Amino acid sequence: MDSTRQLKFRDPATARRLASTIARVTREIGRSPVSVMHVCGSHEQAIAKFGLRSTFPKELNVIMGPGCPVCVTDMPEVDEGVALARQGVAVASYGDMLRVRGTALSLSDVQAEGARIEVVYSATQAVELARRTKEEVVFFATGFETTAVATAAVVRSHPPDNFSVLSAHKYIPPVMEIVAEMPSSRVEGFLAAGHAATITGWGIFEAFVERHGVPVVVAGFEPLDILAGLARLVELVRDRKPAVENMFPRCVTKEGNRRAQEELWSVFRLVGGRWRGIAHVPNGNLRLRDEWAHLDARRRFSIDIASLWDGAPPALSADCICGDIMSGIASPSDCRLFGKECVPDSPVGACMVSSEGTCKIWHQYGGHPDLGAS
Amino acid sequence: MLRHGAGGRAMRSLIEEVFLRNAPELSEREVGPRAMDDGAALWIGDRWIVVTTDSHVVHPIVFPGGDIGRLAVCGTVNDLAMMGATDVLALTCAAVLEEGFPRAELERIRESMEAACAESGARIVTGDTKVMGRGELDGIVLNTTGVAVTSRIVRDSGLRPGDRIIVTGSIGDHGLAVMAARHALKLEGNLRSDVAAINGLVRGALDAGGEGLVAMKDPTRGGLSSALHEMAGKSGVGILLEEPRIPITDAVRAAGELLGIDPLHVANEGKAVIGVAPEAVDVVLEALRMHPLGREAVVVGTCIAERPGAIILDTGVGRRLLAEPEGELLPRIC
Repeated sequence: MDSTRQLKFRDPATARRLASTIARVTREIGRSPVSVMHVCGSHEQAIAKFGLRSTFPKELNVIMGPGCPVCVTDMPEVDEGVALARQGVAVASYGDMLRVRGTALSLSDVQAEGARIEVVYSATQAVELARRTKEEVVFFATGFETTAVATAAVVRSHPPDNFSVLSAHKYIPPVMEIVAEMPSSRVEGFLAAGHAATITGWGIFEAFVERHGVPVVVAGFEPLDILAGLARLVELVRDRKPAVENMFPRCVTKEGNRRAQEELWSVFRLVGGRWRGIAHVPNGNLRLRDEWAHLDARRRFSIDIASLWDGAPPALSADCICGDIMSGIASPSDCRLFGKECVPDSPVGACMVSSEGTCKIWHQYGGHPDLGAS
Repeated sequence: MLRHGAGGRAMRSLIEEVFLRNAPELSEREVGPRAMDDGAALWIGDRWIVVTTDSHVVHPIVFPGGDIGRLAVCGTVNDLAMMGATDVLALTCAAVLEEGFPRAELERIRESMEAACAESGARIVTGDTKVMGRGELDGIVLNTTGVAVTSRIVRDSGLRPGDRIIVTGSIGDHGLAVMAARHALKLEGNLRSDVAAINGLVRGALDAGGEGLVAMKDPTRGGLSSALHEMAGKSGVGILLEEPRIPITDAVRAAGELLGIDPLHVANEGKAVIGVAPEAVDVVLEALRMHPLGREAVVVGTCIAERPGAIILDTGVGRRLLAEPEGELLPRIC
């Protein structure tokens, strides 16, 4: 990346100005806490890495919602990948998924047993893998609409016959509805992820804002993007103005990337399904449409996940509060396992596995992101 | 066990639990194994003998900017220097080779050891060679032990609130150069290990700073973060570290972002972290910058009384605690 351009969005003087706007406006709201939620692991990464929480006023509670695709991939979905691998199929997966445990086992557990698990960095790489072998290669497709678009592109690119897709893709907009309606939710505004919005466009949030009466601000990922997004969000909260605002105009338009959307919806359809630790989310899962049945691993193979269900999950996981953390009800410091039994080397919950998981991020950046400015 | 190998907390607790259990107590003016400093210092009536030892494994054994031979000499010379002993009396070298290790490669390693000795004024006076069966080790392991005599000892535990923290140059070069070479990453820019003997550089700083130079450590395994955590913990101070001041090359920054690795957590092999009293900062910086290996020396932080043992990172746009490397970020690099 061009470092000069990048530095433009990390300017300390502008950051201080924005931070003081956030503090002033939050106090003008006159309530405490004012809770807003972002729904993106990359936002949490930047907030933690740059220590932005230390600049937030104590009245402002910036919650990380269900924005980690690895964390919300449900246990039975992991089970399907694990079962396929045990059945002798090569499973290509993003690296983050490997240590996430399904009901009983993770992909890395079965890899240790000798199953063939290949880490890939893109859907295209999974197809290349299939081209180099005669074996069946299943791409364990995880992530939100951002990576789903990439999966859609390879599905449409005439992949070889031995390639298929096990889709665990999730779609963000419906889960925002769930979180907004949770009885325990006090979320007064949402910060939406800039990269997903480059595809969907910011217009997609208009109906949401109308239904729930809370503002949504689309923001990018540099420190100043996030601070500017939050400053605008608390202004909208203060002014009781439920509206969508695009604070990432250098990348996001109202319509989004039409061509990517067409590709996405030509390959996937929405179905309801569980998000790990959160809830059943109507229309929250992306599954292959019938036209692509021949590439759908669920239809190509008979996947026997029941055989994995003999062993009970480890006792520690009963104490894991990943679900509450992802719903924004609790933070990692509320968890008695955080940084003790549960560390990145031996994670208990999915939030400690993924580089986008709140617990992993907090741990990586010192464990106390609420460090007060002195 | 692998996670114990990259420095940081896991390694420290392994050493404490296993090797230090019955370690000898030395006299008060001496530095022994329990101090877990860069080496031991033994009092011989009017001066100290400083002894340090280090085993080196690295993959690949040749990397941009150096090889395992240069690393083995510089690492030990630097550990002596970090104790204040900048005039090396002698080094030993023990080589353990895997059967079939190519002779030409071995000679090349010897040549680079000779070159590093010439640069640092060190000489290898005795050694040992063993060969193990194929597959019993991976290529080559080099151990070097260093001995030096000094009339002044500098510890890694001498920081006090108000002292400034100097780094002698750019951070993260060795770790990321080796990692990029290992993964055959084709990265733009000049990513090179900084492996170098810095005893000459440190001598200048010691002469200039005198008693104002209060603590030293080389940020090898676990990087700047691990070194600062150790220094802060042993000294009982906190450190406010100003991230924008830390010299990091564009190549290192880019490689770090690509690999998801914080340059503050990876090894340096030609740098020192120096704690200096405020009144000595200017003279020490001036001395460092006169040396070719210290041109980019700069103050990056200040010791504080609050939060002993913790490093507070000021990112320019906010503040957070700097995590101490736990164990394995990546396969071993030094």
